[in-house]
Amino acid sequence: MSHGLLLTFEITILVLAIFLGFEVISKVPTMLHTPLMSGTNAIHGIVIVGAMLVAGLDHKDTLTTVIGLVAVVLASANVVGGFVVTDRMLEMFKKRERREPDS
Amino acid sequence: MSREVTNLLYLITIVTFILALRFLSNPATARRGNQIGAAGMLLAIIVTFAQNEVVSYWEIAVGMAVGGTFGAVAARKVHMTAMPQMVALFNGVGGGAAALISLAEFHLHAPDPGTLQWDISTAIMLSAIIGSISFSGSLVAFAKLQELIRGRPIVYPLQQPTNALVFAGVLAAGIAIAAGAEQQWLIWALIGGSALFGVLFVLPIGGADMPVVISLLNAFTGLAAAATGFELENNVLIVSGMLVGASGTFLTIMMGRAMNRSIANVLFGAFGQLAPATAAAAAGATDGQVRSASAEDVAVMLAYAHKVVFVPGYGMAVAQAQHDVRALADVLEARGVEVSYAIHPVAGRMPGHMNVLLAEANVPYPQLKEMDEANAEFPRTDVALVIGANDVVNPDARNNTGSPIYGMPILNVDESQQVVVLKRSMSPGFAGIDNPLFVNPKTVMLFGDAKESVDKLTASVKAV
Repeated sequence: MSHGLLLTFEITILVLAIFLGFEVISKVPTMLHTPLMSGTNAIHGIVIVGAMLVAGLDHKDTLTTVIGLVAVVLASANVVGGFVVTDRMLEMFKKRERREPDS
Repeated sequence: MSREVTNLLYLITIVTFILALRFLSNPATARRGNQIGAAGMLLAIIVTFAQNEVVSYWEIAVGMAVGGTFGAVAARKVHMTAMPQMVALFNGVGGGAAALISLAEFHLHAPDPGTLQWDISTAIMLSAIIGSISFSGSLVAFAKLQELIRGRPIVYPLQQPTNALVFAGVLAAGIAIAAGAEQQWLIWALIGGSALFGVLFVLPIGGADMPVVISLLNAFTGLAAAATGFELENNVLIVSGMLVGASGTFLTIMMGRAMNRSIANVLFGAFGQLAPATAAAAAGATDGQVRSASAEDVAVMLAYAHKVVFVPGYGMAVAQAQHDVRALADVLEARGVEVSYAIHPVAGRMPGHMNVLLAEANVPYPQLKEMDEANAEFPRTDVALVIGANDVVNPDARNNTGSPIYGMPILNVDESQQVVVLKRSMSPGFAGIDNPLFVNPKTVMLFGDAKESVDKLTASVKAV
């Protein structure tokens, strides 16, 4: 595929993702704002994929690999920390729901 | 694994992220949503590892172990009250990773004239700027919330011109890179300048506005991740990054709306700059006498009330008093007092902060009242017990057009028969503005740490 054609495909999915991002969370209650922020925070940890590619590809350039590895460290903290913090927040909500029927 | 298979597996990750966002928008499914998202992330990592071109497995694995362990330990050990700054920290490192990817890409391709096409160099420029701003801005937000630096807006002479100058420099370096300049120092300057701008940009924003800022920076990191997707021609980065960019922006707008402030006002209003005018306007209102009471007095008041509404705020969160508050509620309920909790949407440091804390203390969900419902109940409330909340109960938001928080919806605690305010001292709240509620004739103050005060109240109510 030519570079220009690929770019148009990329821009197409980018624009679709904008609409999807707005649409998918349009009816979120206030109390979920913080967990949702934290959850989206974990999702942008997907940069780990980019960091792995930069660090891992065989390009024979030490500085690039080192920078890539630092990015891997940072992105892993984002991914793991993001999902764990979100889970801890939501764990609290779950406890409450279990209580509801018997109270 | 072929590129085609890789891309199809990445598509599964994209679908899990969309489902995660959908499920996170509903209390009943939120936790599952987060788990689905985590599973999708794991898949993307495995798929990336399995690519033929990836060679440095061990180095990457070690890097992931280091970062992952830090993330897991930090996330596990942090107190629920410190969650907001944790989110800021994790957001910052994500932004930093995006900036580093652009640095590496530029370093790798720029020396070879002609290899960097305009769209790639534009993407490098964008992810370097946005990622760096997100990184340093989030760290400042972290420092403010962690109280490593002052939460109040930090203002100094020539601040706006300085910021504008730094931004202009960043823009110039960025345009040069996008236009095809290949000097290595340009990308370092771009990243350094953007990081500096991130710091300068968050410093003048008051601590009370940090949640909105963190949410915005969260959206920024999403955008930076999407830009790295263009650099690496990677769909999962483009879509996931943009999903976060869009939903994060929407969430930021909703948070701003809950505080009745526009995003522009949060970012450039520099809360504190309004202070001189407000101080003058509010001076008249806060001339009155502050009455302070003993725990015993307040305990009697509570014990003989029919209906008590607790209004928790950040003071309850820092004192870790949610379990003690629950204990006080239990004692009161045992005496037949009707207890409920009025939750302001932005009480604490983040929307939903109070819900999370009270849920941790197993407060029954039906007792938590959202703002509109709570406001309808205050006129028939005997005692409103304000536990470390300040700005969200400030009547100036209703009455004083000169107040920086004028127009923000508040909990009308002053409509109840009596108001008790638990507070550490007479110092102004996080937003740094006076609160005429404290000198209202209906109000008595109980000074001290929220946890100690609530414990004293519980003991005294038992003794009544």
